[in-house]
Amino acid sequence: MITKTLTVALVGNPNAGKTTLFNALSGLRQRVGNYPGVTVELKKGQFSASGLTIDLVDLPGTYSLAARSPDEMVAVDLLLGRRPEEPRPDVVLSIVDAVNLDRHLYLTSQLLDLGEPVVLAVNMMDTAKAHGITIDCQKLSAELGIPVVPIQANKGIGLDALTKVLLEAAESGSIPRGPTFPAEFEKEVTALQEELRDEVPAFLTRRLLLDISGHCEQWLVGRHGSQLRQHLDSARQRLAEAGFPVPAVEARTRYGWIRPIVAAAVKKPAVRPVTWTDRLDAILTHRVWGTLVFLAVMFAVFESIFVLAKPLMESIDAVRELAAKSFEGILEPGPLRSLLSDGVIKGVGSVLVFLPQILILFAFIAILEDCGYMARAAFLMDRLMSRCGLSGKSFIPMLSSVACAVPGILATRVIENRRDRLATILVAPLMSCSARLPVYSLLIGTFLTDGQPFWVPGLVLFCMYLLGFILAPLVALLLKRTLLRGATPVFVMELPAYKRPTLRNIVRRMWDAGYAFVARAGKVILAAMIIVWALLYFPNTDANGVNYEELISREAEPSAEVKTIQGEWKRNSILGRIGRWMEPAFAPLGWDWKIGTATLASFPAREVIVGMLGMIYDVGDEPDEDGSALQDAVRKEWAGDPIRGRYGIPVALSIMVFFALCMQCASTLIVMQRETKSWKMPAFAFAYMTALAYVGALVTFQLGRLIVDAL
Amino acid sequence: MTTLDQLRPGQQAAIVSLAGDPALVQRLYELGLIEGETIELVALAPLGDPIEIRLGNSRLSLRKAEASGISVNAECGTRNSE
Repeated sequence: MITKTLTVALVGNPNAGKTTLFNALSGLRQRVGNYPGVTVELKKGQFSASGLTIDLVDLPGTYSLAARSPDEMVAVDLLLGRRPEEPRPDVVLSIVDAVNLDRHLYLTSQLLDLGEPVVLAVNMMDTAKAHGITIDCQKLSAELGIPVVPIQANKGIGLDALTKVLLEAAESGSIPRGPTFPAEFEKEVTALQEELRDEVPAFLTRRLLLDISGHCEQWLVGRHGSQLRQHLDSARQRLAEAGFPVPAVEARTRYGWIRPIVAAAVKKPAVRPVTWTDRLDAILTHRVWGTLVFLAVMFAVFESIFVLAKPLMESIDAVRELAAKSFEGILEPGPLRSLLSDGVIKGVGSVLVFLPQILILFAFIAILEDCGYMARAAFLMDRLMSRCGLSGKSFIPMLSSVACAVPGILATRVIENRRDRLATILVAPLMSCSARLPVYSLLIGTFLTDGQPFWVPGLVLFCMYLLGFILAPLVALLLKRTLLRGATPVFVMELPAYKRPTLRNIVRRMWDAGYAFVARAGKVILAAMIIVWALLYFPNTDANGVNYEELISREAEPSAEVKTIQGEWKRNSILGRIGRWMEPAFAPLGWDWKIGTATLASFPAREVIVGMLGMIYDVGDEPDEDGSALQDAVRKEWAGDPIRGRYGIPVALSIMVFFALCMQCASTLIVMQRETKSWKMPAFAFAYMTALAYVGALVTFQLGRLIVDAL
Repeated sequence: MTTLDQLRPGQQAAIVSLAGDPALVQRLYELGLIEGETIELVALAPLGDPIEIRLGNSRLSLRKAEASGISVNAECGTRNSE
């Protein structure tokens, strides 16, 4: 038996409670739809009622159907049934906020022009009541010409009635009528339509006329050329002269229609009561108090990512160790065992280890967004960010990237403007990250602690962070001026009323972010780790043809002999040979092939460097208590070398600068690809950061050398 | 008559006209900023920019550059100042 499926499109302003309604109706039966050529993803849910299956499509929150980009056009096309992947909706469900009815009805009035049944859900009725606002839904329905259902999505009130009304609307199929535009406007639309014929429906022709330099104009004029351009320009000219300029004519027509309707159906108190939002904003957007609260909140977020995540990450690492050890017990030494424990387990572990940070960050983002504070944070930071060509919304992603760029890049979803988002994604990895700390610690501990004033180690560490903090905005500015140049985006932003976040939404966000990362990014990171494993493992026989693992197993573990064997093995591996071959390239940086090889090996994940250096310097890759064994080995090895003996500090600094600026994280690259839906961006990031790192390390070493020689 | 970016916190004003980039003007209309509406300047961000305004029960943030195209008639008798 085939059940009939109804398609309902859910449309509304951001902050109208659309997501809450969507989640309440479709529960866990949700999936995400990807569309080629655009980065926007649509959520689709399903629920059943009266024997019918209802497909609910959640369109991105928007204030109007005036599309300015291909991403925004996806929603409009879907509503008109012009998207090949989706059926035309049977009913359009418009959700509005009862407290701001006049403004929200603007979008609704546009939906009435689509030529499809529309149902209006008035959400947040309880908040309206608290404001002293009463809405006569029957009167409203009569005036608008469509069914109106009061609901409270967050409490699940009114949803059954809403479902019933949706089914009735689909059944009756009655098409509503929107506000009437001036006759002069309609005349121009008809004339344009004649030129375009059947290519586009009348709805889009109206948008073409109204949206100056909007998507429809760019697309259609691009196709039809100067004739359409001239027709369009002269039509707008005529309308302006007749006193109906675009786009003002749309606003005046729609609000002129909405105002009397709202006046008839809605009772507001004579004096607007002071609301909680008013009270909170008096503090939170205050010059002094607002800034203090903001700093405290940001600190809390940041510390949590660092501190709370740490024990969880250590647990994951511990589990990984256990799993690896268990293989050692079961299998014979050999490629398979090494592949499983060093390749696969390490690879899986390196994916899962990001999970605590991602989950914590997204929990905070969900709370801050749901309660409404996120917009205030963007408001406070906007001036600072605009100096770098970005906007306030880039602040939290950038801040999170100081702990780890992976969740930081995922967090750029809050940035609507495509170019701003790209710029933020491309510079996020420069904002230092916790994985760089082991390298800094090692080198500062080895060369910049003993015999130096007490403040030197801290200062150097701080400078390394500062390097990223200064370069990231500069590169962002450069990108916005060159490659990502474009029209200045509109920064007008709504600051939603404060409300209590719901646990359900928070958990859902955490789950979505975590799952997306593990399931999608995980596979590729694993592949990268396995490749590096192979490059370091093979060849696995020494000069005499004896297997290295054989040699190791002959010794009593652990011993200096074992470490020497391991060192020799890594030196002769494919990666080791590549490193030696590339030595001339490392020389200007003051590096030898050992440092170079270790650096090459850490391209998939920078924290690998410490273990790698350990192996190559024959100290073994198991870290000891305070890392002093490695420090001693490095000091000893370098002391005997002409360049590194004399210029130890410049070389150490050049390594740190390289790591500070280089893209050495497969996870970051994968996440970039997923978020931008293209390999161009991660490739570009990899290229520019590696180049920047190389130049930076080179300059650091050469300058350092000059300074040492001069002293 | 003045422009929105010139108002001080606590001042109320009626919108007279909107000028500027068509994309900006359209977006302002979509957010309810239309000729005749009354707005209140709530606050300036700590660094002076952007500004926060209240329109009915909605609150919006605009950069001063964007607000400079909105001509307003400041009403005398402002609400309680800070």
